Amino acid sequence: MAEVVTGPKLRLFPEEVAEIRRRLGREPNPVEWRVFEAMWSEHCSYKHSRPYLRVLPGEGPGVLRGPGGNAGVVEIAPGVAVAMKIESHNHPSAVDPFHGAATGVGGILRDVLSMGARPTALLDSLRFGEGPRSRRLLEGVVAGIAHYGNAVGVPVVGGEVHIEPCYTQHPLVNVCCVGILRSRDVRGAAAGGPGNVVLYAGARTGRDGIGGAAFASEELDAESALRDRSAVQIGDPLAGKLLIEATLEAYRTGAVVAVQDMGAAGLACAAAEMSARGGVGMRIDLAQIPRREAGMRPEEVLLSESQERMLLVVERGREEEVAGIYRRWGLLAQPIGVVTEEKVLRVYDGDRLVVELPPELMTGAPERRVPERPYAPPPLHLETLPEPEDPAEVLLRLLRAPGVHSKRWIYTQYDHLVQINTVVGPGSDAAVLRIKEASPLGIALSVDGPGRIASLDPWCGGAWAVCEAALNVACSGARPVAVTDGLNLASPEQPEVAWSLRRVLEGIADACRALGLPVIGGNVSLYNESTDRIYPTPIVAVLGVLRDVARAVPSGFRHPGDRVVLVGALGASLAGSTYLKEVHGLVAGAPPAPDLGLHARLVGLLVRAAEEGLVRSAHDLSDGGLGVALAEACILGEIGAGCDLSLQRTRVDELLFGEGPSRVVVTVPGDRYETFCALCREHRVPVQPLGRVGGDTLRIRLPRGGLEIGVSDLREAWEG
Amino acid sequence: MRFGVVTFPGSNCDADCRWVLREVMGFETESVWHEETDLAGLDAVVLPGGFSYGDYLRAGAIAATSPVMLAVRAFAARGGLVLGVCNGFQILLETGLLPGAMLPNLGARFRCEWVRVRVERTDTPFTSRYRPGEVLRMPIAHREGRYYADPATLERLEAAGCVVFRYEGENPNGSLHGIAGIRDETGNVLGLMPHPERCAEGILGGEDGRRLFESMADWIRTKRREAVWQRS
Repeated sequence: MAEVVTGPKLRLFPEEVAEIRRRLGREPNPVEWRVFEAMWSEHCSYKHSRPYLRVLPGEGPGVLRGPGGNAGVVEIAPGVAVAMKIESHNHPSAVDPFHGAATGVGGILRDVLSMGARPTALLDSLRFGEGPRSRRLLEGVVAGIAHYGNAVGVPVVGGEVHIEPCYTQHPLVNVCCVGILRSRDVRGAAAGGPGNVVLYAGARTGRDGIGGAAFASEELDAESALRDRSAVQIGDPLAGKLLIEATLEAYRTGAVVAVQDMGAAGLACAAAEMSARGGVGMRIDLAQIPRREAGMRPEEVLLSESQERMLLVVERGREEEVAGIYRRWGLLAQPIGVVTEEKVLRVYDGDRLVVELPPELMTGAPERRVPERPYAPPPLHLETLPEPEDPAEVLLRLLRAPGVHSKRWIYTQYDHLVQINTVVGPGSDAAVLRIKEASPLGIALSVDGPGRIASLDPWCGGAWAVCEAALNVACSGARPVAVTDGLNLASPEQPEVAWSLRRVLEGIADACRALGLPVIGGNVSLYNESTDRIYPTPIVAVLGVLRDVARAVPSGFRHPGDRVVLVGALGASLAGSTYLKEVHGLVAGAPPAPDLGLHARLVGLLVRAAEEGLVRSAHDLSDGGLGVALAEACILGEIGAGCDLSLQRTRVDELLFGEGPSRVVVTVPGDRYETFCALCREHRVPVQPLGRVGGDTLRIRLPRGGLEIGVSDLREAWEG
Repeated sequence: MRFGVVTFPGSNCDADCRWVLREVMGFETESVWHEETDLAGLDAVVLPGGFSYGDYLRAGAIAATSPVMLAVRAFAARGGLVLGVCNGFQILLETGLLPGAMLPNLGARFRCEWVRVRVERTDTPFTSRYRPGEVLRMPIAHREGRYYADPATLERLEAAGCVVFRYEGENPNGSLHGIAGIRDETGNVLGLMPHPERCAEGILGGEDGRRLFESMADWIRTKRREAVWQRS
């Protein structure tokens, strides 16, 4: 994509170079070109995705801050709000899994912090390839997340991992952070008040991460691991922890006007975005910036992505009060400039003016329209596939499949209990946290990203992502209230990818509208391709609210004699299923489109049933379909169940392992069954009784024969 | 009755300990900054979990040299109750208030999970509310929790009855003698790796940690009554 301008190669399109010259009315100097290269990268400017992102519903009741800020904020009860955002760190993690993932955690924590919230929980969504190299990358990423998250004291309460060959060169590392705050404490990142002081706080500036934003907007190649090592930042979780505490304390002075993390494109981006949002300018002196090394050039200081640094705008005359807080926490704090009325960002290096640009131009990369080409999924010819002879063996095999298999080895490395809010931790459909300040209120969180489905039908993948995450949250008894989305795709300059980006977003938007969920923020990571192209991978995190956290519903079966019931869509499909991939090595077929109206009613039903105490457990059917869901509910509850599917007329593999949205297995106490069924009728949600909880085996009668497996054998396959 | 919870740079369970002591137990509780040198007015000091000073060098090593630890040493010598949880335990070892050291877990991974812990003694200021031999469910969360001491020290610890908590069943980190928590020979300093503050409320999955704080309160009340008697 890149074009030569002058000197070293600039990563800008020729028409962008012309546009910059035209709008500026002069030739930018070399430092300014570097700033444009970073600010107009896809990573900072969303130039390819912005036209499509408009379809997302960003408004809704309770939304205090929508998309466009550092994180979204939604009010969940009078006076109580949640900030949340998902962010990718895919490119850095491919080159250096440990530090790439660790700094991904640090960055997203500070985005939530900058909204005025204390970071309260993290969720991670990971995608890796197969084979030993991918396994090492995964272990490095998990260690990096643990290293940073554990030390800063923010629990990783949930997440998901999927293994597919398309992620071998391009692992995905998406981290979602959630923070709690009082509604009246919500903050913005708009600079204001000419004469106010620009304060630099945190760690020193070094040469790490230079060009990171532009690097993240390129395809990786074989030499990336060596050449791009300097584009990966190194994190210091101690400084990250101190920055959280000091910044929360600084807010309490009332002197902080605006805050932003110096993340992608560093100081240049933070100063430009804060100025542009506030309709002001800034005068900044680079000579005042605390540095880790001597001899840094102005563009290096401006674009460094050294970690644990924040830029604040502080009321004039109170800068020493705020700086004193940071220093007490052992951090640097240094006034580096002032806010100006004139809408120009002037950066000096001592006496020398090195950058003089309007913030609006810096943040105003024009949208790029690219050609699209639709595609259809490879057809699935079910009639050519034999039905399994031994369904029990297939079920055990699916429990061992990487997408289904227990993630215990991962989440025990994360401190998921610190801050003592975790009511339901990792390993369940959704994580559930109490909110100490607003007892008995609770929140539920889930993250989901069906890449394989999106590769077959991008609209369907986008809609499924929202539906599944919302359903997970509803299974726990929480009412879904808001969404943050992370889009991970290959190069948008490929017409098929551009089309899939549009369709994925339309799927997310349609599902969000049907469920009444605002998308309060998100992230786009493009160019995840080299020789391989990743699946379009929409990753969606849903926030839900529980009026009484003590009523949270678990995923596992609990009580002998309870009725086992399937609610929601009764049919399922093998298209794009885990079974098809694991047993037949196929990724094919048109996945079933969600019935969004039914899905919304199902979500409403689950929330009501939980509030009225009608269900004792609820588990969403996902990878591996009904068979795997029943097995997981037995394993989690350490109790068996007997189910009768002998009257079903579908193929046994479709019956047991077919997948589709809007399906949940619930258990209902016998004496509440009629009430529950009446509630289902009221919500117009189909119900199918399956059997009862009890015994120490999972027993399923099938149209021909059946299966019986001990719960301990299920556990052995799932966790062993 | 006043509890103090120390905040070192990098402590991350200090707020949790304050919450439990103040809101759950109802004790008067204050924050103690790591540069504090005066602990007058406190009945008990808690060194919370976390990664003090990033655990750079060794877990707890830098915190052990901070000004507040001089004050904690004097406080312990006067008979004040000192409780070190997780990183706080590591700091007590690095300070020498308790014997031994912590090594990285066998398996070298951070482990966060619920474990079973047996109460070895109930005649201590921290465990009087438990039954002898009672097995508790408590969460651990650490990467360096393998208790180590030389054979002579271990023998002395066992002979003097200083082992207060031992892992029951699986030993999650390879600690010698399955040690999860020890006290000093005078009895008023306790360090343990499991987190009692994470299991003091039923909504979080268990309440076994609560009685540790109740035991401390009992002991403080008893001491106060004795002091009043001695004065009169």
